[in-house]
Amino acid sequence: MTLEVVIFYFAAAVAVAGAVMMILQRNPVASVMYLVISLVAQAILYVQLQALFIGALLIIVYAGAILVLFLFVIMILNLRGEEFRNEKHRPGRAAKIIIPVVFFLEVVAIIKQLAAPPAAGRATEVAADFGSVEMVAGRLFREYLFPFELTSILLLVAIVGAVVMAKRDKGKKEEEA
Amino acid sequence: MVPIPHFLILSALLFATGTAGVIISRNLIIMFMSIELMLNAGNLAIIAFSRMNNVVDGHVFVFLILTVAAAEAAVGLAIIIMIFRNKESINADKFSLLKR
Repeated sequence: MTLEVVIFYFAAAVAVAGAVMMILQRNPVASVMYLVISLVAQAILYVQLQALFIGALLIIVYAGAILVLFLFVIMILNLRGEEFRNEKHRPGRAAKIIIPVVFFLEVVAIIKQLAAPPAAGRATEVAADFGSVEMVAGRLFREYLFPFELTSILLLVAIVGAVVMAKRDKGKKEEEA
Repeated sequence: MVPIPHFLILSALLFATGTAGVIISRNLIIMFMSIELMLNAGNLAIIAFSRMNNVVDGHVFVFLILTVAAAEAAVGLAIIIMIFRNKESINADKFSLLKR
């Protein structure tokens, strides 16, 4: 067991444990924190796959920006999780687990089949700068320049949509009054 | 080097966890976070395949997916705020407008 394998299993265990704890929490703030833990572990896995830039991006964008947005919303709504107190006693809760379990087993069967030849799935040696900012940016700004520019429009639409939906509907309030 | 199928199985496990979160949880915010987790599980698989085939294009895809996830989070949370404003609740069981 080399160090790489140990790091992989450690990070994988933390990622899955964080995810499971996230969905079992009643308090949304704790849930966000567990998701951050899971994401940091996933970033470690990205680094193991030599995706250094994307791994850094995952922490900066996801843990740094998106999940902070979640925390802000939880703060604005002032949730305490008391609303979901009797959730544990709802019927059919255990039966619902079957769906993801069946899905997982199916995917594992497919992966097993795909990885059956001994050569398949064995990662080849890659260049030392694989996944570096230079290499990713080279692809992004040459072959994928148009999709990259389109994302700016997507973000603009998302900003406008979020602002329109989240602002108070003044006209409606006056009608009601 | 850890074999690539291990990463794929981990990705499937994370995706299944996200699915379980969406199905089990009644809290809209936790459901939404589970969806983000499923997106990330897909990202992990893309990165693993990218490493296996020794092409960096997969990283570009993941970059674009992260952008989409950010946009989705902004819009989704705005919807959640709107729902909370109208219903004073984010319990998914309490929304049955389409049932009637």
